[in-house]
This record gives sequence, C-alpha cells and structure tokens, in this order.
Amino acid sequence: MTTIEATRTGDAGKQTGTPPPRLTRRQRLSRWDFHFSPYLYVVPFFLVFLLIGVYPMVYSGYLSFFSWPRFGPTHGEGVGWANYVHVLQDPVFHKAFWNTIGIFVLSSGPQVVIATVIAAMLDTHLRGRTWWRMSVLLPFVVAPAATALIFGSLFADKTGLVNEIIQGLGLPKVGWHTDRFASWTAIASMVNYRWTGYNTLIILAALQAVPRQLYEAASIDGASRVRQFFHVTLPSISPTMVFVIITSTIGGLQIFTEPRLFDTNLQFQGGADYQYQTLTMYVFNTANSATDPYPRAAAATWIIVLIIVVIALLNFGVTRLVQRRSER
Amino acid sequence: MRQPTIRRGVALAGAAVLVAGLTAACGGDSDASQSKLGKDDVLTITTFSDFGYDKLIEEWNADPERPFTVKATKIADWDPWKKTLTQDLQAGHGLTDVIAVEGDSMPQFLADGASDQFADLSDSSIEDRWVEYAYQAGQTADGKQIGYPTDAGPEAFCYRADLFAEAGLPTDREEVKAIFESWDSYFAAGEDFVKKMPKTKWYDSSGSIAQAMLNQAEFPFQTEDNEVNLENDEVKLVWDTVTRYTPTLSPRVVQWGEDWTAGFTNNGFATMPCPGWMFSNIKSSAPDVKGWDIVDAFPGGGGNWGGSYLAVPMQSEHQEEAKQLAAWLTDKDQELAAFEAAGNYPANVEAQEELAAQKVTDPYFNDAPTAEILATRAAAVTPGRPYKGDKYSDILGLFQTAIQRVDEGGSPDDSWQTFVQAVESLS
Repeated sequence: MTTIEATRTGDAGKQTGTPPPRLTRRQRLSRWDFHFSPYLYVVPFFLVFLLIGVYPMVYSGYLSFFSWPRFGPTHGEGVGWANYVHVLQDPVFHKAFWNTIGIFVLSSGPQVVIATVIAAMLDTHLRGRTWWRMSVLLPFVVAPAATALIFGSLFADKTGLVNEIIQGLGLPKVGWHTDRFASWTAIASMVNYRWTGYNTLIILAALQAVPRQLYEAASIDGASRVRQFFHVTLPSISPTMVFVIITSTIGGLQIFTEPRLFDTNLQFQGGADYQYQTLTMYVFNTANSATDPYPRAAAATWIIVLIIVVIALLNFGVTRLVQRRSER
Repeated sequence: MRQPTIRRGVALAGAAVLVAGLTAACGGDSDASQSKLGKDDVLTITTFSDFGYDKLIEEWNADPERPFTVKATKIADWDPWKKTLTQDLQAGHGLTDVIAVEGDSMPQFLADGASDQFADLSDSSIEDRWVEYAYQAGQTADGKQIGYPTDAGPEAFCYRADLFAEAGLPTDREEVKAIFESWDSYFAAGEDFVKKMPKTKWYDSSGSIAQAMLNQAEFPFQTEDNEVNLENDEVKLVWDTVTRYTPTLSPRVVQWGEDWTAGFTNNGFATMPCPGWMFSNIKSSAPDVKGWDIVDAFPGGGGNWGGSYLAVPMQSEHQEEAKQLAAWLTDKDQELAAFEAAGNYPANVEAQEELAAQKVTDPYFNDAPTAEILATRAAAVTPGRPYKGDKYSDILGLFQTAIQRVDEGGSPDDSWQTFVQAVESLS
C-alpha cells in the first residue's frame, strides 16, 4: 500500500511541476478520488483477510514448533520439528491421507464429467429451460448436515434403503461403514449430490459464452454433435474447466462435514478402523487430543496445505497439457 | 527413568503457567475480583443437553425474594461444550459462573493442574445430601470438591417381555431376576434365547454390555497413581467376554447409530442395560412397541452409568453466589423437578427416597415401579467403582472403538493391538 501511494504521489508531483494549469481543489480531490478510492474500497477485505486468514495461518505455523501442556493457557517450550515428525510417522495420518485421496478421486472425477454433460444438455433449446437449470442447483441449497443425515440413513449398514435394494436384487449387503472402499463411495456420492449442480451452472455459464457461429461453421463442415462437443465446446470453455477442477480439488481435499456426519464411531475417528477419516478430520481430532493438541494439529494443517498445493499444481499442469493437446 | 523428569517438567511448567495466569487474571489478589451481586444483577449458568432447569430458573427469576437473577445457556451436546469448556479454562476467561460437567469426563478436570481452575465447593453442612459415590466422584484426591452431583445413572436391566415369552423364558418381573443374577446366568440365558429366536439378538450392542461390565471393575484402565495399565484381569475379562459373544449375542451395531435405533422397533434385541436416563430413549425410539419391562436386578450387583455435575470455575467473579445457585439446583426439590422435566434420576438421597415413596409407576414399562427400582439399584452401586483416572474418558472411547472393530468383523487380537497402540499415543 505505502509504496503504491508513494509512486502515485510522485507522478502527480511531476505532472504539476510542468506547465502550470493549476488544478482547482475540486479537481484535485476528484483526481485523488480516481486514483486512491479503489484501494480504499478493497482495503476492508484485506484487513479482514489479514486478521482471520493470514494471521491464523502464520500463527499456526509458529505454534507447530512448540509443545502444549494439557491445561496450560499458553504453549510450552520449543520442540523443533518433533510435531511434524509425529504427524508424518502417525499411521492414522497415512490412512487419513489415502482416504482423502480416495474420496477426492471418487467425487471430483465423476462430478466434473457429469456436470459438463448435464451443462451441455441444459445448453440446448429445452422447454422450461429455467426450471431445469434451477432444479440442478436444488441439492446445493440443502444444508450439508441435512444431506449427510439423509445419506447416513440411506447407507445404514443393516437397515438402510440402499442395502435393502441391493438385497432385493439378490446381492449380498455392502458394509457401507466397515468396508473402506464402500465407505469412500458412500461419502463421494454425498459430495457429488451436493456439488454437481453447482459446477453444472458454472460450466453452463461458460457454455453460453461460446460464439454460436463456431457451431454453425462446424455443422456446415459436417461435424456431428459429439464431435462438436469435443472439438468446439471443450476447448472454448477450458479456462472455466480449469477453474472448476482446481476449486473442486481444493474442496475435495478439505472434505469434513460429510465423513464426520456419516461417522457411526462415537469417537468420530472416521470409522472404527479409520476407514474414512479424512485429513481435516485428523486435524480436528488431533486438536482435541490429550497431548500437545494445538501444535500437532497446526503441524498437520501445514502438511495438508503443502499437499493441497502440490496436488493443485499437478492438476493445473495436467489440465494445461490436455488443453494444449486438444487445441492442436 | 525419563518419566519422572518429564513429569516434573510438565508439572513445573503447569504451575508456572498457572501462577502467571492467576496473577494476570486477578492482579495478584484473588479476593479483590470477587464482588457481591445485588437483586437485579445476573449470575450465569451453562448446561448441556437437557438438565430440566428451564422451569426452575423461571421460578427463581420470578421470585421477589431471590438474591440475584439467573441467566441460563443451554448447549445441545456435551462434546462441543466440553471443547469450549476446555478452551475457556485454558484461556482463563469466557466461562459462565456455573458450568455443567459430564461425569465420565470429570476425572480429567480433577487432575492436577486442571482442578486448580475450579472453586472448592466443599460444605460440611450439605455433603451428605448426595449419594456417596456420586459426591466422591466430584472430588479431587486431596478432598477438594469441584462439582455438586445433579443426577446419577444407577443401572437396571430393561427387557422385552413379549420376546421372552416367545422364546419360552419367564416374563414376570420377579421371575426373570434369576436371569440377571450374574453375568454367567445372563449370557447362558442369552445363548438359550438366540437358539429359539434366531432373528433377534440378546442385547442392544456390545458397547453397552462392555460399559456395564467396566462400570463394575475396580481399576479398569489406570492404577491408583494414574499409571496406564491395560494388562489387567478386569479389562481382559470384559474384552474376552464381549468379543466372545459378538458372533452370537450381539447385533453388532454401534450405540446411538441408525441400525441401533432400528433395533428397538424391528425386534432387533431383547435386553439392554438401563440407567434412568435410558427410559426416555427407549420410549422415543419405540413408542409403539408393547412389551418393554424393567427388572430390579443387575448382573453381578450394581453399576452406575452417567451422571453430571455443577461446578464453579475460578474465573467466575461471583463464586459465593455461584456456589449458592449450584447448591440450590442440586437440592431435593430441584432435583425432583429436574427428574420430572427431563427424566434425570436424582443423585440427591432425599429426592431418591421421595421418588421411591411416591411409588411412581410407568405404564410404558408394564407399570414397573421405576423410581423404587432405581433407588434399589442406586443402593447396589459400589462407591468409587470404577476408578476413573485422568485419561479414563479418552481410553474408554478407544476401548469402545476397539469393540466396534470386532463387531465389524475384525479379529479381536488385531483390534486389541490397535487399541494398545492408540492408548500409547495418548501420552
């Protein structure tokens, strides 16, 4: 902020130094208004962000190098990297990592594909278009807690509707809370239920911005609808796709509400055998544990931040690569 | 030999922190911050779930004679409140003048360091007011009283008389007593039962049976000087028994879960340990099921499951008045009113006697004399059992999870190993 102001006033000084058409007070005020007010308008956000975004992050980074006596009001002595070592060596953390990746792959993948397909279908001349478009967003309006409760009863191991149907088809019951992969699927279905419609609308907005002439040209060239979709639609909306993929990656790696409310374990450790404990649940549980709760949770948080950054970068790289290849 | 030095270090750090905290909070003089409350000043109290205090506090505030007014906050569940409570204790401010604490977690607040954050409520004029075991469980090793007991959870057994009849077992409240005489007779009857009723299990969950057996152990998880000791016969007995009967007698569901609740209505199980507060759970889970009854017996004697306390944190500026309110709320008439409002069985001796004398019967449970049964059950509880060390509620949670793993098909040996590891990483 200060540097920007300094250079700006410097410029203003230079201009007023040469030919002297003296500005009136009003004119000067309006110039300042023009130059500085935008910064003033955005300042509140940055102040709030500093206070509730940056400060906790920096402080948790600092905290992760200390111990914390159980009922102590402040942190204890420094312990170096011990908290990081503890978290990285914790078998529960390893399980939580793979659970998160598993749930993420099972949710984000199908979600983006299905959302794109639904968006493409909604982009046609349907009757009652607005109604259809509104209704895909409906699940998103349902509170995540409500979603989790409903799905929890659908996926109940012994008396749930899903298992009743599976049994009705003559197949054996699935242990939705006991089998690791089954629990990931159940949780991913909750996430997909909630977020597919949201992503659909974003992609739909992008689709509508694609120039219609491109499609006309393509049809004149004899391209089928499917071919048009892959060679006209997808390349045109690729920036939006990158956005959707990155946000759903971050969201997917931070997943908490769904597995937490799906949990039948009374300790909320994500299944009795940690089948579906996610990384954020790990942080939450660590922060409530007996020994060094906050520093270890802080260390885990920073490890998760790094994981998310790495995966988001990978993601970005892959999408860019695919995008470039499809443009060729 | 590393242990003692670490301990000493932690203790020293704790003490230093505490001294610093106290001097900061009170400016060096703890009496100066205490102030008297006038008639219109407000004293605050926080409880969790339903303590049945709404009407009592309304009455208190409407009474022109009251020395101050009361403002109550209710938190839905214990767990989030425990978290806030712990954090505010650490922060040294933010808590109300009176706070409610759940019984199984009490030991960790009684531990050194934590107990210094609470006011001493001992008062020889009222210490005989509550049943002994409940009162003592709110006391530190050196006799500082941290909480006044609000309710207790003496356990009876609830059973489905209709299912018993189908299986050819006796159904009468007096006749079934023999089944609930000892754990051996209980499990034997169970094996008999499931042979005749293959679709119904004997008890509601492995977890609740484990809880019932643990509540009779003397030193389940920690020795008297708070050393963690899992290799003792008492815990091994509970573990071996419960996991042995998992395949035959247990519905293998988690308590409070969807499948557990469904078991009430679809004849999922025939018996369950029944502390007083469980009655309302049964009624709300199975409003239309006829046949629930309560027997005045418990395998191997008695047991107490649950019960809460009212405590006054040091950070309260009105500890005298807070103590006064806590004493009033846990007095006979108030605990009776709370029982009526929320079904919490009083820990107050006179209130228990009064309830028993009223010959309260419950039509839902085939007109069982509920209050009388609970009074006998309360008398059967061995004071101080189980010994709950500072890590009791943490280890208990992990133990229940270990049982859940076996319920879900895991091998008991593997699950025990995981349990031992998880307990090790607690320290």
